[in-house]
Amino acid sequence: MSRHSYYIAALLLLLAASSCRKDVQVFINEDTSLDTAANNGFAGFYLLNEGNMGSNKSTLDYFDYTTGKYQRNIYAAINPNVPKELGDVGNDLAIYGGRLYAVINASNKVEVMDARTAKRIGQIDIPNCRYIKFDQGYAYVTSYAGPIQVNPNYTQKGFVAKIDTATLQEVDRCIVGFQPDGLEIANGKIYVANSGGYMGAGSSDKYERSVSVINLATFREESRIDVAYNLHHILADKRGDLWVTSRGDYKQLPSRLYFIDKTQQKVTDTIPVAAGNYHLDGDSLYIYSTEWSYVTYSNVITYAIVNTRTHAVVSRAFITDGMDKEIEIPYGIVVHPVTKDIYVTDAGNYVSPGMLYCFSKDGKKKWSVRTGDIPAHIVLLPKS
Amino acid sequence: MITFLAFIGTHSYGQKTNRDSTLVDSAGVRTLRGVTISTIAYKEVIPSQKLTGEQLKSLNSFSVADAIRYFAGVQVKDYGGIGGLKTVDMRSMGTNHMGVFYDGIQLGNAQNGQIDLGKFSMDNIESIAVYNGQKSDIFQPAKDYGSSGTIYLRSRKPVFDSATTTHLKGVFKTGSFDLINPSLLWEQKLADNLNLSLSSEWINSSGRYPFRYKRVYHNTGATAWDTTAIRQNGDINAWRVESGLYGRLNRGIWNLKTYFYDSERGIPGAIVNNVWKRSQRQWDRNFFVQGSLQQNVAKGYDIQVNAKYANDYMRYLNPDTTLMYIDNNFHQQEWYASIANKYSVSKHIDINLSTDFQYNTLDASLDGFAFPKRLTSLVALATAAEFGKVKMQGSVLGTFVNEKINRGNSDTAVAAPSKNEITPAFFISYKPFARADFNLRAFYKNIFRMPTFNDLYYTDIGNISLQPEFTHQYNLGFAYRKTRQGSLLSEWQLQSDFYYNQVTNKIVAVPKGSGMYRWMMMNIGEVEIRGVDVVGDLAFTFPKDILLNIRAAYTHQTAQDFTTRKNPELQKVTYGGQIPYIPWHSGSLIAGIQYNTWRLNYSFIYVGARYQNSANIPENYEQPWYTSDLSASKNFQLKRCRFRVAGELNNLLNQDYEVVVNYPMPKRNYKIILSVEL
Repeated sequence: MSRHSYYIAALLLLLAASSCRKDVQVFINEDTSLDTAANNGFAGFYLLNEGNMGSNKSTLDYFDYTTGKYQRNIYAAINPNVPKELGDVGNDLAIYGGRLYAVINASNKVEVMDARTAKRIGQIDIPNCRYIKFDQGYAYVTSYAGPIQVNPNYTQKGFVAKIDTATLQEVDRCIVGFQPDGLEIANGKIYVANSGGYMGAGSSDKYERSVSVINLATFREESRIDVAYNLHHILADKRGDLWVTSRGDYKQLPSRLYFIDKTQQKVTDTIPVAAGNYHLDGDSLYIYSTEWSYVTYSNVITYAIVNTRTHAVVSRAFITDGMDKEIEIPYGIVVHPVTKDIYVTDAGNYVSPGMLYCFSKDGKKKWSVRTGDIPAHIVLLPKS
Repeated sequence: MITFLAFIGTHSYGQKTNRDSTLVDSAGVRTLRGVTISTIAYKEVIPSQKLTGEQLKSLNSFSVADAIRYFAGVQVKDYGGIGGLKTVDMRSMGTNHMGVFYDGIQLGNAQNGQIDLGKFSMDNIESIAVYNGQKSDIFQPAKDYGSSGTIYLRSRKPVFDSATTTHLKGVFKTGSFDLINPSLLWEQKLADNLNLSLSSEWINSSGRYPFRYKRVYHNTGATAWDTTAIRQNGDINAWRVESGLYGRLNRGIWNLKTYFYDSERGIPGAIVNNVWKRSQRQWDRNFFVQGSLQQNVAKGYDIQVNAKYANDYMRYLNPDTTLMYIDNNFHQQEWYASIANKYSVSKHIDINLSTDFQYNTLDASLDGFAFPKRLTSLVALATAAEFGKVKMQGSVLGTFVNEKINRGNSDTAVAAPSKNEITPAFFISYKPFARADFNLRAFYKNIFRMPTFNDLYYTDIGNISLQPEFTHQYNLGFAYRKTRQGSLLSEWQLQSDFYYNQVTNKIVAVPKGSGMYRWMMMNIGEVEIRGVDVVGDLAFTFPKDILLNIRAAYTHQTAQDFTTRKNPELQKVTYGGQIPYIPWHSGSLIAGIQYNTWRLNYSFIYVGARYQNSANIPENYEQPWYTSDLSASKNFQLKRCRFRVAGELNNLLNQDYEVVVNYPMPKRNYKIILSVEL
């Protein structure tokens, strides 16, 4: 054979050598030291990263106050036997009765874990599930995937599922409006913010504009409160009055914050701030908003603090060191009830990792850390 | 004769050109049992690769996309299965920068700019050529100058010897995925200067295949989980009917072609936790009719006229009651006409002036849709010069785009402003030695892709202020060929190119507002690509007429994302990272051995480690994958009928791999092909 044959053999060898392919390993978490140990009444907090739809990259991070360490992507390391890990698009996170509940929207399930260890206990299958709240041993989960009607247009209402947390079985369903999102339990009622998100894309008047009021005892919808188009979050302050956010129609109608008086059961105040997401600490409602401007072709990001007692806009900036100019898409917010540290996440471009920022109560950055894709939902873990 | 066959693959780099004849497609081409052999006349000024004849036929390919994987510098995004979407990206510039030409005229998709090459069956394809920059021949429509890279698909053309006037060919393919794929070809000599061809095909497949995901513990290597499932909703049912009329005139040739494709398929979708089956469906109906005429008008002056009408319908249905119900129809139309004039100034200099007009419309059943219409005028002025050892080509393309819309969202009820772009390209090649078949080549090309109708007008995400996305290509390379008649290694050839590409103004979807995955298309991306392509061909002639052809291709690419971001901390994570799904190393090998009427072919594809995202972190790491395919065929003759029996074995080593994350590819699979020709 000629020497060229050796070249071929060499090429083949090269290809064979470079083609190392090993079995894929389970993800192991990466730990980053961020802070000194702190004694603030909580053991730590979990952060749920949503992950872009179809990527199956919803991941769970944990910050440990006892060590000051941030543990990224812990779910697979703790639950190595779960095929395809945590799932696709984590939409809500909550702790109840020693358990951690992660609502995984595009995986059509609520993942139930031990709150201390994040070890998987089981799952509750709910198609297109959105948000979760708890009361008296039951979990209440909103879902877009209710009954279908074709008369003549295709419409599909959403529902609230009632789940027995002891058995993890769905025990009842209550039909609400189109595409229900946030829910709140107060005053013996479940309040559900209906969005109509699937309906309003073409014409804004097809969005939902009401809060469904469900009687907790009968678990039946008893009334609707008219608020504004395309509602998203709802929460009750310590007086039992409700604060609802509207996304607006992304065109003329801006995002707004609405106040529902619990006794009158209607909107009695509109706060002139855009509200994408918020966190309530005492009487202070920490709000941020991201709205697209068709004038500048960029996102307009605003921050505000509203006093829920006086309804006054107390502050227009709770980040004071200039970092607010760098955050691309604020996506999650939590205020530590003891230290008043403000945690804000940056979802960046949605397809690559985001950041978690910790600001002191006077708005100065303490630390930041890389998270998973679309860091979104934070829940504090009380000390045992 | 048989010796000659062996060179089909290796000779194919030398693209034919006819500098004085209008009979570009028939002169200088001899035909041997349906195999077109190009003459070795002219070294291309522009780097190109071509697969044709037996070598192409022996590749285990379901579609054109499968065959294109063997070219250097080309990456195919494959979502798996026979019906799955397959798009092509050349030198990492992005799939929208590729121009795909079918029998000389570009396939359009004004809606999203992507041509799904999985839809083009290999059944009637005779050759596939890939060019970086543009085709070497300057006598071409202005559109041919308008892409960063081009793929030319040529369907089989009827060629008759003096004794026959009719060809009939029937092919039946079956195998894994419950595939049933019969096809029929009828070729008729209607008159001395007029041939007809009619080709039709039916593809039916359940698209079902087993796939497997497995994870191991990092410390022990023991299995953590291991799941095998069946890929579902990947079924396809498709018809293709194609006809061609090929005529010869006094000092001219013409052809008229119609193409019809109708399909229904499942969209298998991403495999994610708790969701192992999807139910989305897609219907496609593509029709086009196109004609081409080349005529020598006077001495040294030739014209080429091309025209096309295309009518494309697509329906997307999401019947999944847990998700948003979607039933959308899209209807695109395209009218296209082109005149190219070539004038030979002297024996050494040719000038070409081409003028094209194209009109595109898109209708959709979407709420708030804008119904865009686009008129594109293109003018290309090109010249080719040949001075002994040096050959040069220069071209300037003017593109003028005007758009109108009917109605839409109140915010975007305005059409995008008109765009006028002038873009140059320059190519040079140098042959330093009189004897040795060695030449150096270099080129620079600046071109752009228009924002698509979706980029500009899609309800909610469209952005009418988008600018075109530009590429700048710099290339330096060489080609060397050596023929040694009578020796064991009868011919070998090596070509290699080094390149630096820049993509500026890259159109990227960015998050818009908050929540619900809302996006806006923006010109924010910057990508730089540094790469090298190497292609080698070897032809061996052993005693007893055993022929061995080996072709190897290797690509190294660093394709970095230099997009600046608002958040410097996030920029650190993505800046300078390798862009999604571009491996640093990739390569292929094809080895075909022929003895008498037997042929055995081995093909190998290697795609190295990649990341799913510019954030090159472990979570985004994608394993290398490599597949070995084997095919064997035997030709025999019974009376007047020529038979071919072939068997194909794909993914021989049964590798579980993914080209795109969460889209598992088939394990080992097979296909049987029976073909009769008379």
